[in-house]
Amino acid sequence: MSDITKQSLSELVKNIKNKKLSSKEVTKAFIDRSEKSKELNTYITENYSIALDSAKKFDEKPNLDLKLPGIPMAVKDLFCTKNVRTTAGSKILNNFIPTYESTVTQNIWNEGAILIGKLNCDEFAMGSSNETSFFGNVQNPIDKNLVPGGSSGGSASALAAQLTPITIGTDTGGSIRQPASFTGTVGLKPTYGSCSRYGIVAFASSLDQAGPMAQNVKDCALLQEVISSYDDKDSTSIDFKRNEYSKELTNNIKGKKIGIPKEYRVEGMPKEIEELWKKGIEYAKDCGAEIIDISLPHTSYALPTYYIVAPAEASSNLARYDGVKYGFRAKGENLIDMYEKTRSEGFGNEVQRRIMIGTYVLSSGYYDAYYLKAQKVRKLIKNDFDEVYKKIDAILTPSTPSSAFKIGEKKDDPVSMYLNDIFTVPVNLAGLPGISIPAGHDSKGYPLGLQIIGKAFDEQNILNIAYAIEQKINFKNKITDWWIK
Amino acid sequence: MSKNNSEYLISRNNKQYEVVIGLEVHAQVLSESKLFSTSATKFGAEPNTQVSLVDAAFPGMLPVINEFCIKQAIKTGIGLNAKINKRSIFDRKNYFYADLPQGYQISQFKDPIVGEGKVVLDMPNGQKEIGIERLHLEQDAGKSIHDLDPKNTFVDLNRSGVALMEIVSKPDLRSPDEVNAYIKKLRSIMRYLGTCDGNMQEGSLRADVNVSVRKKGSKDFGTRCEIKNVNSIKFMQMAIEYEANRQVDLIEDGQVIDQETRLFDTKKNETRSMRSKEDAHDYRYFPDPDLLPLEVSDDFIENLKSEIPELPDEKKKRFIEKFKLSPYEANILVSDIETSNYFENVIKKSDVKLATNWIIGELFAALNEKNLEITESPISAGNLSKLINLIKDGTISGKIAKTVFEQMMEGDKDPQKIVEEKGLKQESDPKALEALIDKVIDDNRDKATEYKSGKLKLFGFFVGQVMKVSGGKANPQLVNEILKKKL
Amino acid sequence: MSIDLKTIKHISKLSRISVSEQKAEKLANDLNSIFDFIEKLNELKTDNVEPLTSIAETTLKLRIDEVKSKNLRNEIIKNSPQENEDYFVVPKVIE
Repeated sequence: MSDITKQSLSELVKNIKNKKLSSKEVTKAFIDRSEKSKELNTYITENYSIALDSAKKFDEKPNLDLKLPGIPMAVKDLFCTKNVRTTAGSKILNNFIPTYESTVTQNIWNEGAILIGKLNCDEFAMGSSNETSFFGNVQNPIDKNLVPGGSSGGSASALAAQLTPITIGTDTGGSIRQPASFTGTVGLKPTYGSCSRYGIVAFASSLDQAGPMAQNVKDCALLQEVISSYDDKDSTSIDFKRNEYSKELTNNIKGKKIGIPKEYRVEGMPKEIEELWKKGIEYAKDCGAEIIDISLPHTSYALPTYYIVAPAEASSNLARYDGVKYGFRAKGENLIDMYEKTRSEGFGNEVQRRIMIGTYVLSSGYYDAYYLKAQKVRKLIKNDFDEVYKKIDAILTPSTPSSAFKIGEKKDDPVSMYLNDIFTVPVNLAGLPGISIPAGHDSKGYPLGLQIIGKAFDEQNILNIAYAIEQKINFKNKITDWWIK
Repeated sequence: MSKNNSEYLISRNNKQYEVVIGLEVHAQVLSESKLFSTSATKFGAEPNTQVSLVDAAFPGMLPVINEFCIKQAIKTGIGLNAKINKRSIFDRKNYFYADLPQGYQISQFKDPIVGEGKVVLDMPNGQKEIGIERLHLEQDAGKSIHDLDPKNTFVDLNRSGVALMEIVSKPDLRSPDEVNAYIKKLRSIMRYLGTCDGNMQEGSLRADVNVSVRKKGSKDFGTRCEIKNVNSIKFMQMAIEYEANRQVDLIEDGQVIDQETRLFDTKKNETRSMRSKEDAHDYRYFPDPDLLPLEVSDDFIENLKSEIPELPDEKKKRFIEKFKLSPYEANILVSDIETSNYFENVIKKSDVKLATNWIIGELFAALNEKNLEITESPISAGNLSKLINLIKDGTISGKIAKTVFEQMMEGDKDPQKIVEEKGLKQESDPKALEALIDKVIDDNRDKATEYKSGKLKLFGFFVGQVMKVSGGKANPQLVNEILKKKL
Repeated sequence: MSIDLKTIKHISKLSRISVSEQKAEKLANDLNSIFDFIEKLNELKTDNVEPLTSIAETTLKLRIDEVKSKNLRNEIIKNSPQENEDYFVVPKVIE
């Protein structure tokens, strides 16, 4: 079978279960394609030979009752993986080899999947274009010199380029949904507390959430089912009834009330995106959903709030990278000198910028004006959602205000880069689930995504809506394999 | 410096200064595992052998709180007559240091678990109430060792993450003596509660001491200096004395006192500025986003209240009322939970008055001499009780009892057996005593004649002779009676 | 609102990141444009709003007081930059 890597997760699982394919064949196919795709720069660390051994072992004694039997998979390099280097895209963790496994990846291996490598990402997940990674830019398989989005840029790119059948990312302000939108793939940010944060390199603890990325909604639902679990090692993990999302997936969304927030019609939004949104609304109507105009009045305050809360938490979360226990250490005359040089040389510019912002907004005399203010506005933003969810079941918006941009285009203008997350950030601030599905192309042929936002713990509902709309849209990614010589 | 019974004042140029002291006591919570991780808390382990991935702040590691530590803090709050806050918040205190792996300490800033309370001190001139501002839970840091290598500092993280209670007093203390009494009282309460072992040598109890001075009679507070991390009462007292005098000298010299953190140099007996740390002191507290607000129910608190044992103040009251002890005796016996347990075990079966005297007198002196704690006493409460009963029923005299006691100190021997084996039983048979006395009078005819002719002082001589001849075993009361008749 | 070089120096000190003069100027520019955009929050009156303390809709779970973590010294020290079997080692701390 030469087209192994073109198969969806569901097809691969079926073929392995039917013994039409072995794990080794599948694993080798994805590794071979990954080897030919080095130009995309999606991998930071390859785990090929160990993966092939594991696949062989799986085939010798296959457990076909598992949900991901012998399925190879590369993951964002923000998940700590036992005995496999974990860098968070940073020089400061360049040589760090964890002795432990994150809960989310452990859940995946427990279902039979095999790690083939660690995927590139923005440094400490801080970025929207994967340009802040110490390990260099990632190419979007859609077009050369196009960013794949970020921070889960390596994940999105590898997935769209079929170097991994599914993958996982983390989403703090849009880091799963925005790159999914930029690469024509599906990405879900679950409800805060759905997936354990244990063993994930932290960016902003109150916003970070791991989530699945896949070629289609069904695969996405299956992976969410695998990674979501209650974990007593994470105090913010929530013990709620988790569905078997893939089994319970349905395209019957008749009578579902879907809200359209007027505040998401932002100034300067390209016509194409407006059109796409309208198309999405029509599809939802066609599926029997009821469309309701809603207002989320504090939407425009979400980004400023986010750029206080996230850097504040990050400035503290990243204090542990001090050259003492692990990772990079610069030579210093004394302890303080060592700290200052280590952190100056070990962190890239964007990370340093955010640590500085965070330090500033928490510092004496500014706490109330910035951090406390932001936490109050965050409450207002959450209240907006709570209010509309009394009347509706889900919200439909565009995923991003533009399609993928060129590498380097926004690199020197942090604010314009930040504005890219305008539609995704409110969801993180309110702790809600949101999914991005590919819905069309712009005039350049670049994919565009639609976002469906749900109530807390209501992943099943937004997966169903996404599933129904996906079938109407019948999206096909335009990828030419230009990087394969 | 002038000292009278009630006031500790510093005199300079005919002016008198009062010293105002507030303490931030750091008490290690007695628990098996750490506040936010499952590693052990045992003292004296090999370096870095009690360190989990959480304690060493590995990427992606998260805190999960220890319920028992919360209970311990609430119990201590109850013991300090304090308000228990049903909702409290854990904050991050951000600063960089080699022995602070996370780059922040998880502590409680705006919303501590315990609010205002008070403790009562027994001072020579009466009782004094010291206000408690708050008690909060926080993580301990690791240990930096500077003297193992000329160029490097070594870090041991065994203590990193161990639960501490920080107990902050109001600035109500006015003298080194009050500080002594306050620390001892806190220690006593926590040991009764089993929430902190109070072992200062092992660092389980240490304090930051805030000192300021003001002219006697002034209502305003002076600028205070904080002396960090003092780990013995003696050092606290020395540091306060030095620091208060330093501040008075500055004021008298027309200088301003800088509000600053100082260090007590135990070798030079002086406090020193820690300016190097000063500029970095903006802790950027904010609620730890890895944790949620801690909420405890009324039931949770009520259950803990029902587990609170009788505390020193109540016990003292009971001892005075029920056993008719003097406040002085009661204070000594309740000051430590182990002492009061010992006392109560002794008096289960013996006379209270005698027990009090023997414990406070002979036993304390003997333990002191051997440098032993009451828990290490060679004489069990049961055997001391037996000894007291032997005195009470006249089997042995008080004097013989001391001999028996000394032998008991050599190993927990049954006093009854010692008395039997050594034939120390008191001679109370009148006939035997008469024979003895007759012999003594016979041997000292001339003195007997002198006595009869009015030299009554010689009575003591005859008692002494009888006791000597009997080897100390004659019942002194009977000897007196018979001698009077015979002479 | 304007963040000057002195402020940059101060926060670089607090965050233990050394910053060259040249970098400080660039940072000041970036931070000023970011804070211009953040200032939008001042449009909102929030005096009577309770700040959010946690987004997780649950209460704090409590762990039983049990020692589970064993002696991990080798594992813990393995990744540290300086070789020593027993301790983490850092350049001398100057008090």
